[in-house]
Amino acid sequence: MPIIKFISRRLGLGVVTLFAVSLLIFLVTQAFPSDPAQAILGRETTPESLDALRQELGLYRPAVTQFSDWLIGILHGDFGKSFVTQMQISEYIAPRVGNSLFLMVVGAFLSVPLSVAIGAFSALRRDRKFDTISSTTSLILAAIPEFVMGTALILFFSTSIFHVLPAITLIDAGAAPWSDPSGVVLPILTLVLAVTPYVSRTMRASMVEILESDYVEMARLKGMSERVVLIRHALPNALGPVFQVIALNLAYLAGGTVIVERLFNYPGIGSALADSVRARDLPVIQFLALMIAGVYVLMNLVADVATVLATPRLRTSLK
Amino acid sequence: MTSGLSILNLRVNVSATGNDIVDEIDLKIQKGRVTGLVGESGSGKTTVGLAVLGHARRGVEIVQGEIYCDDTDVLNLDEGSKREIRGSLVSYVPQDPTSSLNPALRIGVQILEVLETHNFGGSDQARRVRVREMMAEVLLPSDDEYLERYPHQLSGGQQQRVVLAMAFACRPAVIVLDEPTTGLDVSTQEHVLKTIRNLSSQHGVAALYITHDLAVVSELADDVAVMYAGRIIEQGSAYDIFNNPSHPYTRHLVAAAPDIAGEQQIVGLAGRAPSPGKRPNGCAFSVRCESVTDDCLGQFPQSVSISQSHFARCINIRKSETSAKPESIKLVKKASSNTVLELRNISAGYGGQSVVEEISLILGRGQCLALVGESGSGKTTVARCIGGLHTEWSGEIFLNNEKLNRGSRQRRIEQRLGIQYIFQNPYGSLNPRRTVGDSIIRPLIISGSTGSTVKKELNEVLEKVSLPSAYSDKFPDQLSGGERQRVAIARALISRPDVLVCDEITSALDVLVQAAVVDLLATLQRDLGLAILFITHNLPLVRSIADEVAVMSDGKVVEFGDTATVIGHPVQEYTQRLISATPSIARSSK
Repeated sequence: MPIIKFISRRLGLGVVTLFAVSLLIFLVTQAFPSDPAQAILGRETTPESLDALRQELGLYRPAVTQFSDWLIGILHGDFGKSFVTQMQISEYIAPRVGNSLFLMVVGAFLSVPLSVAIGAFSALRRDRKFDTISSTTSLILAAIPEFVMGTALILFFSTSIFHVLPAITLIDAGAAPWSDPSGVVLPILTLVLAVTPYVSRTMRASMVEILESDYVEMARLKGMSERVVLIRHALPNALGPVFQVIALNLAYLAGGTVIVERLFNYPGIGSALADSVRARDLPVIQFLALMIAGVYVLMNLVADVATVLATPRLRTSLK
Repeated sequence: MTSGLSILNLRVNVSATGNDIVDEIDLKIQKGRVTGLVGESGSGKTTVGLAVLGHARRGVEIVQGEIYCDDTDVLNLDEGSKREIRGSLVSYVPQDPTSSLNPALRIGVQILEVLETHNFGGSDQARRVRVREMMAEVLLPSDDEYLERYPHQLSGGQQQRVVLAMAFACRPAVIVLDEPTTGLDVSTQEHVLKTIRNLSSQHGVAALYITHDLAVVSELADDVAVMYAGRIIEQGSAYDIFNNPSHPYTRHLVAAAPDIAGEQQIVGLAGRAPSPGKRPNGCAFSVRCESVTDDCLGQFPQSVSISQSHFARCINIRKSETSAKPESIKLVKKASSNTVLELRNISAGYGGQSVVEEISLILGRGQCLALVGESGSGKTTVARCIGGLHTEWSGEIFLNNEKLNRGSRQRRIEQRLGIQYIFQNPYGSLNPRRTVGDSIIRPLIISGSTGSTVKKELNEVLEKVSLPSAYSDKFPDQLSGGERQRVAIARALISRPDVLVCDEITSALDVLVQAAVVDLLATLQRDLGLAILFITHNLPLVRSIADEVAVMSDGKVVEFGDTATVIGHPVQEYTQRLISATPSIARSSK
């Protein structure tokens, strides 16, 4: 099957990419100006205990050894221990990955169909009222950073105007995110508002182009109803370019939730990343950065495969 | 109403401004007959064609007139009923099959869906049989494997046949064909025209054939209507139009059509057709007409009857009948044979598959060599090797006796400037975000010139291609196709090249513009001593510009000689076939 070959080739490339990323992550964490031991023990400590902790954390090993130990560990499924909590990273992070995944999946399931629908409908009603309103709104939304958006939502729904939703998410350790349904509404809403404008604008542009195409005019001149023209002739061709934008935005949801999670005190990987950077918890930083890079690689792969499958010209030229 | 198509006093407006795109269109086509609707791009031909299906493009509306397909009053139907007749009572064949077939649907599905939409045959089984029947009628394989192909797996000619199968599938009474053979090479064009002719007569449809190519019309049409600036300015039988063109514009068109049989030179017509809203008072052609008088400026001339079925809208019909033919330009062939460009044993291919085999050519200063062949014969590949755009080749290429490296990036800057390439499509070869001036001076900037010299050179070169210097601030989309191709020529000239490689540069332009561009090249060749490699599939065009002709087939040069000999007394069967496949007015006027 050519498509299997295509996917495995791209997966191989993805592994190479991830290796390069891991090297980069390691170099960047090495270049951090401050010292994890110092960060853990605080200012009032003795040089001796600092020295002992550094020894214990393995910071005196040569850089190459540190990198190769880390890499070999990863290949064995061992991501190391957190400097701060001394827990195995997989143990420490797993529930948070689940929490973030929940945000991401729910956000995606809401925003993708919503933005495809908005985009397609705007294109159909091009230059009419719905299009003008949705285009302007999405432009404004796209221009607002999500922490501003999140703050505005908190002001509106939690503190100043209404008091219907909690301003922060309170999930007990080990509990599922849906145990506090009202607490996840605002974070999800913020993410949906951050992603929808991009995808819907791309969908609109793609759809406008397709609706002006010769084959759509041809389909109309064959006497087909507007609904069939739309569903059979326009949509399949318009979706191809949109896959890419959807994938990039989903990947963004995985990594870019840092600020949103922070804002709502949501216990996901975003807030874990922020915490670990402040504490110079190098193994956790490295693991999270690598995982987010992995999501990017995977999403791009999925988008490329989807585009190829949706485009006969590409599909039939696979070797 | 008689059966067939009748259009009465049709007017179509630009909705925003209320300016007419077409007006006062009257046309009748009886069942089984073909009428050619001829005119330059922008004359409103397609607008009329789409109106027959009750369709107007975005921003355009049909404001007046009646259209009858058989007895159905098309314009008075509601949207639902219009949909019912589209594809069944009246169908449409578009210009570009590649963009008109949905790339995501298999061709069998696309033919089948028009039958399904109109519930043709009553059952699924009958419809599937009909699809195969239509495939056979347009001479395509009708097996499952073929029906399951996607459009991109077919050649341009095959795609156009699929569209024809689609158009004829529901046995329409009226069919509108909008330049269906533009973009096909002459042999393919001949096959497609034959198919159209057979289908039209077998099915007894009234066919409206829209084109700018008079030669094609003379092959196919029983009657001809000539459009200019949104009006039909002359109408008559094909015989009348070709043998007794009465409107000055029609005379220009007939004279400008490349003609392989005659010795006639190509003659350009200055200026371009005025667009909606910018049309002058009185006769719209007056600004370009050489026999214009003050009387022409009052109102659009009424129809004058020349014979019972032959009408023209010109007040000077009697007077202008004797006016002289426009002056023709003859190319000056220089005797000097100092070679500028030499190709020795060039072979080229793509991914190991050989496309060009052992080609040797010599081009002298001030000479024009035509490279002619069907699409796929390897002529463009040869050009791309010369320009260094294609690097998978072996052999030797010499420019001014210096051997050239394979890719353009490996060549010295003087060598790169010495060979300039002009592309087929003037719409794609200019950067839409750059002004024309910016695009033209690019080669100079790259080669390190600055400031005032650049400005001076830019003005000089614009003058050479007869564009006003104010054009340098325009963007490509403000220019017509012909003007864009002039810009592309200017960009090539600014590097003072020794050799100009012209790759099908006129094939995207309509006849009059084609003629003007060829005129321009001829003048430049004479004045600047340029050597030109002119690549085309259009043999008649070659007669009026080339000194020598090399005919290519399957990657080999099969015939070579001076132009008159090759066209007048072709030795190879392939060349003879190329010549006889080209529609010719003189040969086929009835």
